Amino acid sequence: MEHFTDNGIVLAARQHGEGASVITLLTENNGRHAGYVHGGYSSARLRAQTQSGALVSVNWNARTEGQLGSYTIEDSRPPSPAWLEDAASLAALQSICITLDRALPEREAHPALYAGTVAMLEMLGQDRELWGAALVFWELSLLRELGFGLDLSKCAVTDTTESLMYVSPKSGRAVSLEAAGPYKEKLLPLPAFLRGEGNINTEEIQAGLKLSGYFLEHRLYAHTTHALPEPRTRLLEFFAEK
Amino acid sequence: MNSPEINDLIRILARLPGVGPRSARRLALSLLEDREKAMKPLMMQLEKTYTAIKTCTRCGNLDSHDPCGICGDTRRNRKLLCVVEGIADIWAIERTRAFDGMYHVLGGVLSAIDGIKPDDLRINQLVARIHEEGTEELVLALAATVDGQTTAHYLTDRLGPINVRISKLAHGMPVGGELDYLDDSTLTTALRARTSVNR
Repeated sequence: MEHFTDNGIVLAARQHGEGASVITLLTENNGRHAGYVHGGYSSARLRAQTQSGALVSVNWNARTEGQLGSYTIEDSRPPSPAWLEDAASLAALQSICITLDRALPEREAHPALYAGTVAMLEMLGQDRELWGAALVFWELSLLRELGFGLDLSKCAVTDTTESLMYVSPKSGRAVSLEAAGPYKEKLLPLPAFLRGEGNINTEEIQAGLKLSGYFLEHRLYAHTTHALPEPRTRLLEFFAEK
Repeated sequence: MNSPEINDLIRILARLPGVGPRSARRLALSLLEDREKAMKPLMMQLEKTYTAIKTCTRCGNLDSHDPCGICGDTRRNRKLLCVVEGIADIWAIERTRAFDGMYHVLGGVLSAIDGIKPDDLRINQLVARIHEEGTEELVLALAATVDGQTTAHYLTDRLGPINVRISKLAHGMPVGGELDYLDDSTLTTALRARTSVNR
């Protein structure tokens, strides 16, 4: 008999049969891990507890390691009402959950990513500029965790650490203003807050989301059959509006 | 070994919600054992219902008339329109007898995970109805879930340019609920939406 007890974030819940559901969690110690929940769809209580973004404590049991196995929900904290009330937070929540569900390999532990995601979710529903900037950092750390990290420490051409204003879409490395020269139209702007300078504002966050979105689309999603999720593309509008 | 007809009957019954293969076998046997008093009336009623019931082209409800009984009722408030996910929600609200407006069934909610987009729902029909019927208030009676609230936000944005008051159902303490048994989110929402009792 295989068994574990873990904490997790519900990434997706899909109805299975008439009354059950199959949920996918990002667990603290067991990575992205799916499991069957008896009555997960027919029980209103369980359905509320297994919404995307809910934080749960679970027991997982299976006869053999390779089986889907079943989850028992020991404790759950459903999505915060503050997230549900704010359309931008909801879009961010969905974008985070769908991206993790589609991009992470199964049953491979990413404890740092789990901790970062819990912290990211805690920020949603609060100051939009703060969580917007945090989301850019979170997406860049997700890329790094999965082996697609950007190098923003020095210029790819001159090795200088001064005036880093762009990122090369090909190499994912920073490019200084001086080295960008005639190629700057083809480069992605590097927001000041990613260089540890300047104030965070909606324009900078939008540039940050465009930057991380480009690499999510061309590096992470290029390896899947999916496109950038719709809530992620919608997020840009919220930072354009404000 | 059953005849193919009985097996087919069991298979069809087993597809119904709440009916598994074992219950389907019991139902089939019960119908077959009392063919005149149970099977025949059921068969006739199913045929009658199949022929008579239509989807209301205006609101999406099921009824023997099109427009349905609710849309055709002149005593109801036509300026008040309640948007629901499915027909079961109309039945739930009608049971309360607390709402005298009209309904509009969306036919689901937006879901990025399941790939349900605005074009898959009856949103264009809703916009057309608001213009045609001069709706003054729209009540969004959608689930307090991630998908339900995403749909509510989408509708609020989409209907923004139209001159219509948009409200949504309150979230909070259920009648007969005790604080100790409420989940954190419900209690937080109830606290945020508290109402004054002395003025």
